[in-house]
Amino acid sequence: MRDALERQRHILDFTIASLLRRKGKNGSLLAVYTLIIFILASVLFFTHALKREATEVLRETPEIIVQRTMTGRYQPIPLAYADRIRDIRGVITVQPRLWGYYYDGNFLANYTLVVPREDPPEPGKIDIGSGISRIREAYPGDIIGFTGHDGKPRNFSIRKILSDESQLISADLILISEADYRDFSGISADQATDLVLRVRNPKEYTTIAEKITRLLPDSRPIVRTEILRTYDAVFSWRSGLVIVIFSAAALAFVIFAWDKATGLSAEERREIGILKAVGWETSDVLQMKFWEGSAISLTAFLLGMILAYAHVFFASSFLFAPVLKGWSTLYPQFRLVPYVNFGHVAAIFFLTVVPYTVTTIVPSWRAATIDPDAVMR
Amino acid sequence: MILHPSILALFVSSLLICLMVLYSTVYGIQILRRWDIASGSESQLALERKTYLISTIVSYFLGFQLVSLFLFIFTADSICHLFVGAMCAVGTLTVNPFGYPTLLLKVVTFLLAGFWLILNHADSLGYDYPLIRTKYLLLVVMAPFILAETVIQGIYFLGLRPDIITSCCGSLFSPASRGIATEIVNAPPLPMLALFYASSGGTLLCGAWFLARGRGGGLFALLNAVQLVVALTAIISVISLYIYQMPSHHCPFCILQQEYHFVGYPVYIALFGAAICGFGAGWLSRYQGIASLAEDLPGLCRALTVVSMACTAILVAIASGYVLLTGFTLR
Amino acid sequence: MISARDITKTFNAGKPNEFTAVSEVTLAIDFHRVTILKGPSGSGKTTLLGIVGCMSRPTSGRIFLGEREITSLPERFLTDIRRRTFGFIFQQFNLIKGLTVLDNVMTPAYPTSERFPSLRKRALETLALFNLEHKADAKVEWLSGGEAQRTAIARSLINNPSIIIADEPTAHLDTKLSHEFMAIMRRLKGEGKTIILSSHDPIVYDSDLADSVVEMRDGRIVSSGPRP
Repeated sequence: MRDALERQRHILDFTIASLLRRKGKNGSLLAVYTLIIFILASVLFFTHALKREATEVLRETPEIIVQRTMTGRYQPIPLAYADRIRDIRGVITVQPRLWGYYYDGNFLANYTLVVPREDPPEPGKIDIGSGISRIREAYPGDIIGFTGHDGKPRNFSIRKILSDESQLISADLILISEADYRDFSGISADQATDLVLRVRNPKEYTTIAEKITRLLPDSRPIVRTEILRTYDAVFSWRSGLVIVIFSAAALAFVIFAWDKATGLSAEERREIGILKAVGWETSDVLQMKFWEGSAISLTAFLLGMILAYAHVFFASSFLFAPVLKGWSTLYPQFRLVPYVNFGHVAAIFFLTVVPYTVTTIVPSWRAATIDPDAVMR
Repeated sequence: MILHPSILALFVSSLLICLMVLYSTVYGIQILRRWDIASGSESQLALERKTYLISTIVSYFLGFQLVSLFLFIFTADSICHLFVGAMCAVGTLTVNPFGYPTLLLKVVTFLLAGFWLILNHADSLGYDYPLIRTKYLLLVVMAPFILAETVIQGIYFLGLRPDIITSCCGSLFSPASRGIATEIVNAPPLPMLALFYASSGGTLLCGAWFLARGRGGGLFALLNAVQLVVALTAIISVISLYIYQMPSHHCPFCILQQEYHFVGYPVYIALFGAAICGFGAGWLSRYQGIASLAEDLPGLCRALTVVSMACTAILVAIASGYVLLTGFTLR
Repeated sequence: MISARDITKTFNAGKPNEFTAVSEVTLAIDFHRVTILKGPSGSGKTTLLGIVGCMSRPTSGRIFLGEREITSLPERFLTDIRRRTFGFIFQQFNLIKGLTVLDNVMTPAYPTSERFPSLRKRALETLALFNLEHKADAKVEWLSGGEAQRTAIARSLINNPSIIIADEPTAHLDTKLSHEFMAIMRRLKGEGKTIILSSHDPIVYDSDLADSVVEMRDGRIVSSGPRP
């Protein structure tokens, strides 16, 4: 056992030395390899982190939301609907919600206005998310102005800044009192943005949703699990799609690797010939090629992963966030919660290291089976 | 088909690896047909060179297959919420009839590849390629399994549609439904645990006997094969209960998750390691009569037996740890 | 004794460019002696050296190393025997560029399981035999012709082989270095090594060092026997 290890050590030493002797060639391979892994890993980390953020948001979401639509478009829902839905068996509570968006033309940003059910600010006061606080440079006690639905400005004083545990959720949030919201948005007193339901038995979600549609044909019930699955499918689908497009690039890399591996320089071919002539065996050379591949793959893999990790979780994915997020760059900077799992690492491994290795097997074997007496001819 | 990154990864890599294995099988068949060790002709020399290529490919296959096995389960687990009713890998695998066959084929090809590499190593110890025919016959047997795995995995992935309603470990592995899974679950837990210990103990004893006397290899191989089945059944029917500390949760996959400290990884690696090495060691003892192997084979057999016994011991230790220390009781 | 019986080596068999480098050669080489293969280039000397030195296998015929037949051993075993029994010196030295003299000398021993410190010590000792210890850390491309040649000889000795094989060793050397080479061979013979040289250089085949000279032409032996 020790003997075998010692032998491997010798071969590994020799391999590293010969890799370092050909810095130019191996450096360019390593750079391309690292870049591929970096992009792939960034896509995966980023979409997954977004998915987690979305799940976080939805954990707070009620089980069923009822909206009203008119010819397919969203409409405020009359409060009277709440009473009719409350009569359906299995429904525990029905709560109207008031919320909407506000576009701040001066700062080119969208805010989300919400009337909280618990601990609402008193009229004239608001709570704001950290993102708004940052771009408006507004802090507790400051007065902040917005333009209402009628074009008239309204001033609010800031009660507090919301904690930014998950910035993606709360960065753009404004909590406002019901009276202020109705005045600000112009929604009439007998209407709400939508209704949220609590249901006793999760198995009844679909049945209750059906009953609501029958009872109130212009309403649209949305079940939470449905949203979760849609989100998930959309994010997975997006990263899958990017990967498909990206595999064209990966393919180019494989061709590149193939070229590097088959196009053994005359120098290298001679070197392997010498090794075989002085007493190396085919499997020793294969071993050397294995170490060579492992050293390159491992370096590229670690480097690519670390760069991607830094890119996504510390540098806000500045390179391609706009493409993947799919909405306007609302937050000048936001931090995703770092999270990597076995699945990511293995998926990246299979999408890069495996194709690289597979393309190098045959050329390595060809090089390793040079006749030992070739250098004598 | 769902465009999930891991699915794409599994799909692409298994396609590549399968192509490589088929490529090497073509040469394997050539070796079976045209091998003539006495000849120094160029075609014989070329065939001898090909043996290096084939063993390299199979070695890589084994390594990748191990990762792919766990990635497959992991992926199944992480996309389960896309299917109504699925709560873990079990649900995803039952979305269509190809999930479990894929998993089974992955395990089978992994075990076969491990065994092949053991044969290959033994063959390389003899100066006259003593096992060359056996080895390449096994490769030819193995290739259809690998091809089948790639094809069935492909069909399985293509058939995944998020709107399918499936069942999950709660219902599949619950005593009320029927099928092989329930037969395993319905195995009475405490006798099953006794059987597990009996089988492990028997295997270890037989291994010790084989080490000491150099005989009983065939029995050791057989016991290891039995132990694989018994231990798998025991993990599902009873050991999982101790790990989950729930009287009716029999899932072979959830133990791979973080909530259970990833204990499934050492459990399955020890189980497969014991099976491959133990079966290999026992099987190789058949070749002790071959002159060119007489010198080195016993050493290899002993080393494999030791590894196999160590793996079995680790498995027993982990299982016992849960049974004795968790304070959970089936009574 | 190394004996070769009815050795034939054919390249590109069955193709239009089929070519028989060595045909039906029978030869016996005594241990502890110097044997010279003499003949013009293309006469099959190098191919025969390769076969005798376990580098390649004959297309037909049998080779015995001492008592053991080594004809159809797989490459693995052949390489193992070659590594332990033969040391090779090539026409163009064949040193690996970019590596130091010491690394080049140690290369043949890497596939063995010798511990690194002892290997390094032996390599330095071998270099000292050839007055090269001060060059141990120099890259081989900076060596003079004589130093490169002595490095190549040191490398052939690292695994302590009993047989030294040199293929046209003096082809790229001037007269002075050629004589120096023969002096080293004389020293090695004195240490009990078996030496097999191929050459068409009179300095080699007319040397009084040669115990027997085998003359080859067109892949066949034309004459063989003690040096005339």
